[in-house]
Formats: sequence, C-alpha cells, structure tokens
Amino acid sequence: MRPSAVRLLNVLVPIKRTIDYAVKIRVNPQQTGVDTNVKHSMNPFDEIAVEEAVRLREKLKDAVKSIKVITIGPPKASETLRTALAMGADAGIHVEVPEASPSPEPLGVAKALQAVIKREKEGVDLVILGKQAIDDDAGQTGQMLAGLMGWSQATFASKIVVDTEKKEASVTREIDGGLEEIRCRLPLVLTTDLRLNEPRYASLPNIMKAKKKPIEKLSASDLGVDLTPILETLKVTEPPKRTGGQKVESVDELVQKLKDAGITAVA
Amino acid sequence: MLRARSAVVTRAFARGYASAAPPHALVFLEHRQGSLDSGSLSALTAATQLGGQVTGLIVGSSEQVGEVIEKAKKLQGLTSLLHSASPQYANSLPETISPLFEKLLSNNSFTHVVSAHSSCAKSILPRVAAKLDVPAVSDITSLEHDAASNSTTFTRPIYAGNALATVRAPSSLALKFFTVRSTAFAAAAEDGAGVEAKVVDPVEVSDVPTEHISTTLTKSDRPDLGVASRIVSGGRALKNAETFEKTLYPLADLLGAAVGASRAAVDAGYADNSLQVGQTGKVVAPELYVALGISGAIQHLAGMKDSKLIVAVNKDPDAPIFQVADVGLVADLFEAVPQIIEKLKQ
Repeated sequence: MRPSAVRLLNVLVPIKRTIDYAVKIRVNPQQTGVDTNVKHSMNPFDEIAVEEAVRLREKLKDAVKSIKVITIGPPKASETLRTALAMGADAGIHVEVPEASPSPEPLGVAKALQAVIKREKEGVDLVILGKQAIDDDAGQTGQMLAGLMGWSQATFASKIVVDTEKKEASVTREIDGGLEEIRCRLPLVLTTDLRLNEPRYASLPNIMKAKKKPIEKLSASDLGVDLTPILETLKVTEPPKRTGGQKVESVDELVQKLKDAGITAVA
Repeated sequence: MLRARSAVVTRAFARGYASAAPPHALVFLEHRQGSLDSGSLSALTAATQLGGQVTGLIVGSSEQVGEVIEKAKKLQGLTSLLHSASPQYANSLPETISPLFEKLLSNNSFTHVVSAHSSCAKSILPRVAAKLDVPAVSDITSLEHDAASNSTTFTRPIYAGNALATVRAPSSLALKFFTVRSTAFAAAAEDGAGVEAKVVDPVEVSDVPTEHISTTLTKSDRPDLGVASRIVSGGRALKNAETFEKTLYPLADLLGAAVGASRAAVDAGYADNSLQVGQTGKVVAPELYVALGISGAIQHLAGMKDSKLIVAVNKDPDAPIFQVADVGLVADLFEAVPQIIEKLKQ
C-alpha cells in the first residue's frame, strides 16, 4: 500500500457506451441481440458518476489529484471517453475489444478494472460507477469490483461527502422503502443513483480541450483478463405485446370498465 | 487468502464436470421488523422450480431473527432453514454479510444462490459471486433447470424490458447466482409442514471498513408499492407536491391502492424517491395500475407494463401511455379524477 501520508485522491470512473436511453430498441431478426445501428451515448448513470467526480474536485480542489475515466468496449467507445474528458476528467483508458465480440459480463469487467487499479502507480482511492448499465440492466459491476478488491462499497448513492483528511466518505443510499446513511473508509467503490446530481453539458472549449487529453489504449490481454462471457445468451426476443390502445370517451365509461374488471371501491 | 479461495473454486468446478449433482438452492430470506419480505417469498418460489432441495438463510441481529425464524420454518417449499445472528448483521452491510455467504458456499453443498432483486440483495450477492469467481444473473422472470446436464436457463428483461434475453448458466458453472423479479413469481405461502432451523455460526469480520449511521424509512399507511395489488401513480402533470397529494391520495385510498410516481414527479419533488416506478425505480405488476398525468416514457413503461389492467388519464391524446393502456381517457386529470372518485363511490 501507499504511505498514508499521501492525502491526495485518485479517482477512477468506469463508463460504458450504450444505446441512447431515448432510442426505442428493436430486436434483430436473427434473435441474437438488438439492432445496434442506432444512436449511442454514455450510460446515463455513468454521466452522473463522471459529474460527481468532477464536482468532488470542484469542492476539494487540489485534494483530488486525478480523475481517470476508463471504458471497456469497441473502438467507437473512445467517443464516450472523449465526452467524459470534456466533462472534466483528466485522462482516459480504453480497453479495446473487437467490434464483433460479445459484450463482456460484469464479472469480466470487474476483473479488468481490478487489473487496471493494480497497475495504477499512485493507486486508486475512489471508484465511481453507475448503479447499472441501461442495456444489460445487470447492476453488478461495482459490487463485484468491491468484492474482488476487498474494499468498502456504497451502492445506489444519492449523496456523497468525502473527507480527505480522515480518508472516509459519508454516503446516503437509496434503499427499498427509504434512505440509508453509511460511512465508508477509503478506498471505496461507489455506485451512483439517478438523484446524485444533474450532469453538465460539455462546453465547446472543453470539447476542444478534451481532444488533447491523453487516452491510453490497452487490450484485455495487456491486463491478463479474459472477457469471454461465461453465461451463454441463447436468444433475444421481443417482449409480449400488450393489447392496449383502447380509449374511452367519458369518465362514466372509464368507471364502467373498472367495474366490469371487478374493481370497486374498498373505502 | 487468495490461494485458499482459488482452491475452493477449483473444487467447485471439478464437481460440476464429474456428475450432475441434484440442485440445491440457497435462498436469501430478507426480513424487516419481524416480517419476511414478499420479494424473498417470490425468490423462494423461483428456487423450488429448480426441482431440488431448497435451503433458506436468515441473517440478522439476534433480536431481529427470532420471530422471523418461526415464520420462515413454515414456508412452503423450504426443505431446510439456516440462520445466523450477530450484531454485525443488524444493518445488512455487504462487507459483514458476504463472508458468511462465502463460508456457506465453499463446502460445495449448494448449486444455486437465489434472492429477490432487492436493494439489499443486489448489494450483497454480486460481491459474493465475484469473490467466488462466478457470474450472476439479475432480475430473472422465468427459469428452467435441466437436471441431466446441470445447466439452468433463465429469461430476463434487458433494455428496460424492451427485449427478453434467454441465458444459460452452463453445467461447468457449479454455482449459479440469480436474483428474482418478484412480480414474475407468486409468493410462497406460510403453511408448509415446518422444517428444522439450524444455527450457523456467524463469521465475525474484524475492522469493517463501513459503518451504518442511520436508516430513514418512508412511513405510509398505504400498501407497499412493491406488493400492492392496486397502484395509483402520478406524473409531472400533478404540478406540485400539494396537488399530487390532494388529487392522488383520495383515489388511492378509495381503491385501497399504493401510490406510485414517475421519475419526473419524483425529481420535481412531488413524491418521495421510494415511490418511483420504472427501470430505475420499482418494477410493479399489480391488478390495476392507474397512470395519472404520466406520458409513458420507455423508462416508466419498463416498471409497470406487466400490470393486468392499465388505466391512463392524460390531456395529450398522443401520449405513449395510451399505447399500453387498456382504458385510456383523454381529459384533464384535475377534472376527471374527482368525477371518477364520485362515480366509484356510487
């Protein structure tokens, strides 16, 4: 471990390029996946993670030494890295996987992140991830990384206060039925919930500046990890269609339909 | 430490190849204030569909587990019950509970680890899975176990429920982790024969890096959103917290329904976070879902489109919610809702 005298935070933000959240996705005719020839952008939860890292620096100033963003994905994922750099990250790491290969599972991603953390010379004190990717909806990577590292974890965070002196963070988490506050010792893995913050738009000057920021290219074999999925995806299908779309003309009709369905007042 | 762990994993895999062991699931039974969580009861039902033994696991402080054990013993489908109590388990911190799971799972007696897709289990189980070097399957809606090959096939929604993926956990994977979408499985009943409850020694963790400070639960007399059979949900059109309450609550009370909200309504502060229905909030599938002033974004539909009867009231005739609604009314909800209440009372 690093000497404890160092009070500077190194933040790592893993991000994912996903189909844009507003796109209505279509399953491909071969039933192997969805049509990916559509608009992509940064996973919304990851934007929140990048924003939070940048806000930490704005609040803690020089106490945040570096903000690195990392993505594991096809060549085009470098655009997503540039977006994060334009939002305020310092440098990027792109673990490039071939366009045609299946997207890695959370376990593979967590192992790759573990390998990246191990090769960071100054270490990593804080990893901020989205709570889930909106494509696979798995919601596992952060927890898996915390497990592999044996670190503290704070999932579904809606508020974060970092104390660099004490090397700990107070985190408010969104849990079923309410909120929970925990205090975590750094190093820590955080996953973001929607209400953590409102991500900024990158300004044009920052987008220009981001083009000069360094992106390191790595492969899975550089990290000594195997990203081949263990679970086999047999097929991807359309969900059953609802036969909705019936409109009624009046409140009377609406109430009649409710009563026909056996729905009556209980109070 | 590292070496010991990999030895465990190798052994687990070796058995997978040798012979197909009959399935034996470990179900994480969550509880709160002396009651078993209904999501866990659905997870238990899913576990019984594997066709083998099902062991329940109850973890908590000794004050918490006492009365829950008595209830859990009688759960239909359980073949045995384990419980472990420690002050460290009181707040379900993943850092303290994970080692217990690791110990239980390291002796190769289980083939599957099952839980609800709850905020607590979602935090703990992936951490455990990673330590045991196995993947996990999230939020499954159906499953099928092939005893001959010891492989399990799951379906799960992806892309906010706009596609269904069928994935197979292969036979080479000796330990299969999955979380269960509770709306896709009926809750197990509490009228079983009664099984014996066995104590498991807690695994005390020294120097825990995480400390629980406080929990704030949203109090409500209404049914819990996750299990309610009727839900009245409001969106941005409700204008503010006051009109949200004034408009929605009387209808919800009349119907005995839980109150839900769209992300827009939550973000605008009309309703509490814990009421959000959608891809990032709760996924619900009640008998009746009433959507008031909700446009029906993909992310919201992801959380409610499996409801039996969807009723929508919206001013905008082109709102996407009308594409899934069984009963749609184009109207100003501030006029329509009081009328609905009046007419339902008759």
